[in-house]
Amino acid sequence: MEWLDLSPDEWNAVRLSIRVSVWATVVALPFGIAIAFLLARRDFWGKSLLNGIVHLPLILPPVVTGYLLLITFGRRGPVGAFLADNFGIVFSFRWTGAALACGVMAFPLMVRAIRLSIEAVDKKLEAAAGTLGANPAWVFSTITLPLIFPGIIAGMILSFAKAMGEFGATITFVSNIPGETQTLPSAIYTFTQVPGGDLGALRLTLVSIVIAMIALVASELLARRVSRRLEIE
Amino acid sequence: MTLSVRIRHKQGDFLLDAAFESSGRLTALFGPSGSGKTSLINMIGGLVRPREGRIVVDGRVLVDADKRVFVPKHRRRIGYVFQDARLFPHMTVAQNLGYGRFFTPAAERYADFSAVVDLLGIGHLLARRPASLSGGEKQRVAIGRALIASPKLILMDEPLASLDDARKAEIMPYIERLRDETKIPIVYVSHSVGEVARLATGVVVLSAGTVAASGPAADILSRFDLLPEDQRGEAGAMVDLTVAGQEEAFGLTVLHAAGGEWRLPRVDAPVGAKIRARVRARDVMLSLERPQGISALNVLAGTITGISADGGPDALISLDCGGDRLAARVTRRSVETLGLQPGRPVFVVVKAVTFDRGNMGTAG
Repeated sequence: MEWLDLSPDEWNAVRLSIRVSVWATVVALPFGIAIAFLLARRDFWGKSLLNGIVHLPLILPPVVTGYLLLITFGRRGPVGAFLADNFGIVFSFRWTGAALACGVMAFPLMVRAIRLSIEAVDKKLEAAAGTLGANPAWVFSTITLPLIFPGIIAGMILSFAKAMGEFGATITFVSNIPGETQTLPSAIYTFTQVPGGDLGALRLTLVSIVIAMIALVASELLARRVSRRLEIE
Repeated sequence: MTLSVRIRHKQGDFLLDAAFESSGRLTALFGPSGSGKTSLINMIGGLVRPREGRIVVDGRVLVDADKRVFVPKHRRRIGYVFQDARLFPHMTVAQNLGYGRFFTPAAERYADFSAVVDLLGIGHLLARRPASLSGGEKQRVAIGRALIASPKLILMDEPLASLDDARKAEIMPYIERLRDETKIPIVYVSHSVGEVARLATGVVVLSAGTVAASGPAADILSRFDLLPEDQRGEAGAMVDLTVAGQEEAFGLTVLHAAGGEWRLPRVDAPVGAKIRARVRARDVMLSLERPQGISALNVLAGTITGISADGGPDALISLDCGGDRLAARVTRRSVETLGLQPGRPVFVVVKAVTFDRGNMGTAG
């Protein structure tokens, strides 16, 4: 079974992919909840525009999204230059850029899942909490948030899975540098481009499947635990 | 406690234009569905912001549209018991009960958790989740949750409407205890004459968004014209009775009232306890002479004080039985053949079996 042993470069790609996906998911989460809440509950001028922008990465070719990120967040892009000069945050050709690309691509999936769960929350429960003395912030954290927890888990899993598989935007924005920006899909792609790379591609494919299965099972277990609490006993 | 409400609020085609004052312990907002009861209570609770008007509870201005005052619901300290209980599904019963207490300033927490749990008989439910409770249990927990937040006023929006008769009978005594044993004033929305008669001390009758009448419960409920057509049979008078003893062999309770002695189906109350019974006008029979050999147990001497008829086949006779006010609903034909008229002495006959848990309750 020696053919299953991963080379250091392959391990790097696996570790990097997980790191990039976890960061993309975790950093996107608060924004995801906030925007899902706005879209689900508030009416404001430009709501359709915001909704459109959030969903754009889902519709655009990933290469286009990657290119837009490059000209905005690249070293010489307006936002990229500002962040680099003032905060020392650099995205281009770094793993942070890969995380940004994955986060942007996964964002609409996360927002959709959370938005649906917020829309399913009975507003009457929140009103009841208000009459008991809870201000809106307390109502959100003690009533709304626990009730949408299954939706948040679903959104995070979807987002993580999307980030693990992201290829087009990442490779366009931060290229394919082993050890820095070469994620699992990029590594598999590289293997398929060189003679005799089939075995490496297969190994990484198996790793991808295992990670995806673990994430899926974990989310199932978590969601079942939460929903059992709410179900009729 | 005084509650003063003056509201003008347009909602689509519906105009709510109501004003009333109440200082009773349990004020019922009574009227058919669509009369504006729930809108009104939602404005008192802070769930709906009225366009125009003023709401004052015990001198504290909660809403004054002219001065742009609108105290948000979480600062009103008004408990709200909803028709659909609205327990938090992700919390246990104990957590639900304690929720409001957390937000109440320590100095203003007068409600005692275990006393409320005992009052409502929900001690055995504390570890359960709302999904596993029956409708009646849910409603009791909802009442407890509002109570433990130590509110200055409790609003109840048809808390019994979604329950069957057995569950209603299960909860009514708890609301009576709440009314009689705690000092918290209650505003109670209902469209049921039975509930209002048993629970209310004061009644505000709403009709199509305006106040049709308001006053003490006994006065309002003896007025036919204020009751919805399908519930006119429920119209009647309230009699305050004192338990005098039990007739164990027959399962009856002997009670004293101003107008004489009553025998009613057994009431589980000690001698001296105050009972309030609603005597439906349609259950009352009149006789010119003291009836002999009659199965009805309650025969009282009284005088006719008024007769009203609205063109239908029957008339409503108001009666005075030694200070107790009763009402009888008889046909206009009987009025004519018996020559009934105000001032005429009559004997008032009421069958004991017309009373059940629905029209007997404790009087505070």
